[in-house]
Amino acid sequence: MTQQEFRTVQGGRIDRDRPLRFRFDGRDYTGYAGDTLASALLANGVHRTSTSIKLGRPRGIFAAGAEEPNALVQVEAPFPEPMLTATTVELYDGLVARGLGGQGRLATDPDPARYDAVHTHCDVLVVGAGPAGLAAASVAAASGARVVVVDDRSEPGGSLLGTREAKALDWVASVAADLHANPEVRLLTRTSAFGYYDDNYVVAVERRTNHLGASAPAHLSRERIWRIRARRVVLATGAHERSLAFDDNDRPGIMLAGAARTYVNRYGVLPGRRAVVLTTNDSAYAAALDLLDAGVAIAVIADLRPSVSPLWTERLADRGVEVLAGYGVERVVGEERVSSVVLAGGREFEADLLLVSGGWNPVGALYSQAGGKLRYDADLGSFVPDGCREAVAVAGSANGTYGLAGCLAEGTGAGRAAVEATGFAAGTGRELPAADESPVTPPAHTWVLPGDETVQFVDLQRDVTVAEIRRATGTGMRSVEHVKRYTTAGTAHDQGKTSGVLTSGVVAHLLGVDVGDLGTTTFRPPYAPVSFAALAGRDRGALHDPIRVTALHAWHQANGALFENVGQWQRPWYYPRDGEDLHAAVLRECRAAREGVATMDASTLGKIDVQGPDAAVLLDRLYTNLMSSLKVGSIRYGVMCRPDGMIFDDGTVIRLAEDRFLVTTTTGNAAGVLDWMEDFLQTEWPDLRVHCTSVTEQWATIALVGPRSREVLGTLAPDLAVDNDSFPFMTWRDTTVAGLAARVCRISFSGELAYELNVNWWDALALWEAVLAAGAPLGITTYGTETMHVLRAEKGYPIIGQDTDGTVTPQDLGMDWIVSKKKPDFIGKRSFARADTGRPDRKHLVGLLPDDGETLLPEGAHLVEMESLPEPPVPMLGHVTSSYHSAALGRPFALALIKGGRDRIGQRVYAPLGDVLVPVTITGPVLYDPEGKRRDG
Amino acid sequence: MMLIPCPWCGPREEAEFHYGGQAHVAYPSDPAALSDEEWARFLFFRDNPKGPFAERWNHSASCRRWFNVVRDTVTNEILAVYKVGAPRPVLA
Ligand SMILES: [Zn+2]
Repeated sequence: MTQQEFRTVQGGRIDRDRPLRFRFDGRDYTGYAGDTLASALLANGVHRTSTSIKLGRPRGIFAAGAEEPNALVQVEAPFPEPMLTATTVELYDGLVARGLGGQGRLATDPDPARYDAVHTHCDVLVVGAGPAGLAAASVAAASGARVVVVDDRSEPGGSLLGTREAKALDWVASVAADLHANPEVRLLTRTSAFGYYDDNYVVAVERRTNHLGASAPAHLSRERIWRIRARRVVLATGAHERSLAFDDNDRPGIMLAGAARTYVNRYGVLPGRRAVVLTTNDSAYAAALDLLDAGVAIAVIADLRPSVSPLWTERLADRGVEVLAGYGVERVVGEERVSSVVLAGGREFEADLLLVSGGWNPVGALYSQAGGKLRYDADLGSFVPDGCREAVAVAGSANGTYGLAGCLAEGTGAGRAAVEATGFAAGTGRELPAADESPVTPPAHTWVLPGDETVQFVDLQRDVTVAEIRRATGTGMRSVEHVKRYTTAGTAHDQGKTSGVLTSGVVAHLLGVDVGDLGTTTFRPPYAPVSFAALAGRDRGALHDPIRVTALHAWHQANGALFENVGQWQRPWYYPRDGEDLHAAVLRECRAAREGVATMDASTLGKIDVQGPDAAVLLDRLYTNLMSSLKVGSIRYGVMCRPDGMIFDDGTVIRLAEDRFLVTTTTGNAAGVLDWMEDFLQTEWPDLRVHCTSVTEQWATIALVGPRSREVLGTLAPDLAVDNDSFPFMTWRDTTVAGLAARVCRISFSGELAYELNVNWWDALALWEAVLAAGAPLGITTYGTETMHVLRAEKGYPIIGQDTDGTVTPQDLGMDWIVSKKKPDFIGKRSFARADTGRPDRKHLVGLLPDDGETLLPEGAHLVEMESLPEPPVPMLGHVTSSYHSAALGRPFALALIKGGRDRIGQRVYAPLGDVLVPVTITGPVLYDPEGKRRDG
Repeated sequence: MMLIPCPWCGPREEAEFHYGGQAHVAYPSDPAALSDEEWARFLFFRDNPKGPFAERWNHSASCRRWFNVVRDTVTNEILAVYKVGAPRPVLA
């Protein structure tokens, strides 16, 4: 175990009484509570953390926060997590991690942690708890408004945490205490606001136990997503320092100047022993002075500006530090770590650290996501907010205001304006700390230094160099959006936080245009990486999507049914016996339905109760066939089309009374049909007096099918005359079945004699058991959806949504008979006169028989005309929509949509399956009992 | 996630609503009287403006009422909300 040789003797916001052990890249180290993985590594002299993704160059810790472009790590233990930045991983005892070359590895074990979500509403949301954000929150909270403050760090204070501003830090502590004590205020630390959506809807992720490692309490969710709807938002998201493009600017030991200042002040860590500073602006001088005080030697300060304020030169001269105005870096010596720095003109300075400040970028990501515009401020050399339609204000360095006094004043103003806009009288916040500040001289506007563009890096994580950007502009690209996509600059985990503006600057430099005219790329959520587990929250496993089950579900489970999902419903698929596979079970179930008696739970069928004096008028307008002529007591099959004439749904219509119908729909489309009816009633025909209600879950439905079904029904319903003349096909009767009030419909979806028994949902099990008991002497067999599909397909009955796809008319299905010629209009009628719906080569529904009598065609298989495939493109005739083994036919068969199919009956076509073309013969769609002799038993 | 002011329920989250496309596209009173081109225009042609757009929304997870909205398609700002059958309001 190594010592922490680069730890200061005292100072920092770490707890030196709580040493923590950790392992990085296989070596053991110690750090302190309050460290990040990055600060603990630096304390142990480790700069290099990874190898770059494309070029394999050594890379080190470059920043001190969420903007870190280089130091990606994979956490191995106690909980595996890929692609975190070492600068944001809080150190805990037992942490095991290793450096990553750009790509992480997902854990193979399921994530045992819990994730959660919270919805909240507030008057004012403040994003960022630095000086501006806390000033805003302090005023807003004092007004009595409901305030939420989120900040991604482990404690409030923002950039102040990286300084030695004792008075300001005392103020931070007082404001934080005020906010915690205020019942209307929620201060959330370790919480990153990552998405800003319409109408002030901000989404944040709170990391609750990540920093506790193995000691995280199991009852707490690991992370939770906050979905916050705010009347006003104050963005105090700060600024990120940026780098410059110069030769070998990616070497370990090169670090943003402000980051080095944070390591010294916040973590008590020396990022090196001897530093060269390269800067375009004043901020690096304050960093240099803090490093000097902590014991880091400053070899030289190279300032790109032709002259530097004597204020700084004198202060540094007092400390024996030379300031060279008008100087840049020519090259950097050392691959694994900086060993010396050569300035323009050739002077070489020995150093293990090169601090860079190329200027500051206000963090405009959330503002841009909100639709805010960004404007280039030539004095600041960065993009600043410039107007947004949302109720949002930007304060502090996020607004391009860099001094502490300015940030505090602007935050106070923004907080006051926000609460006043929500109807509160602004209160008085904590008294602001005095800020002693030096006058600022304008920064230099330099992006690229002279040198070898192939080793001048713009985006460190994506290994994008000035040379690559020149290649992009050389191809004629003039937009940063295009350059971004061509070079991938700004597309890594950090989304170009430190490199985005530099990319714009380099493009402008290469094109010789003004960076303000060029603009930036658009920012999109998420601002910072967020795990899928957090986004999923509790919506995992069984809770991922609602599952609907029928009243008989427990019975189906207890009796060995396998299930399939139909829409949100779980339906019995088949009931295997004694090790049967699907094929064997379905053949057995089909045989029972065709030869004896079988029964199925059909409760999932959509059911809509349509009532009112104009109910028949509505149905006449929606169905292609006439419904108003239906007699009470009778049932009619119907098809609904969209205005374009394509089939939308089908089902039966039962007339219960002159002014009342029960409409059934396909299982998956029940909600869609109800929506369809309500849409027309509300928006097109508000004069119709009709009401529609879903009764799908009020009625349980049991299908009783087969030549012997009448015997079973006769046993169960002694009051009902079941002979064919008394109870003909497509009629219904209210009666008592097995002692239960029931509605019995003579409907068949198999071609066999069949009934649908409808009872109250809560009576379903009693009826089902009675049916099974009554049918037992006849060998009654339960069947599932697979058998239902085979039986209906043998009869050529289409399933809407399986044999049709939104491009199929009733005529395409050979159902011309269902399209009324008498009605003046119905939805879709006009489209049947369009040239397109009359084309002779439209796809028709036909049957297919594989010539070998054995091959089961896969559903979706294409069909072609020729015996051997020509060069592509191969003309397609159509495709297989349904395909099954048939017990009744003793062979496999299929339904298909084929161009001009009805004119091709008897012809042979081919289904290319892998390397083989399977010959099949086209038939009519009805392959079983085409005369319909079995319907009446 | 837009906050949509349902005229019956008040402002509610976008996730409670169902989108219904362009408003004021009435089903023709006599489709048979239309030429193929006129009918195709009704079926297949809708406006796609950059800026204010009158469109239909249904509060499907609550009151289930259809209503009309004028929304700026650039900013998602809702400029007006009005009931079915009412004319599109004139906006300043
Ligand atoms: Zn509503």
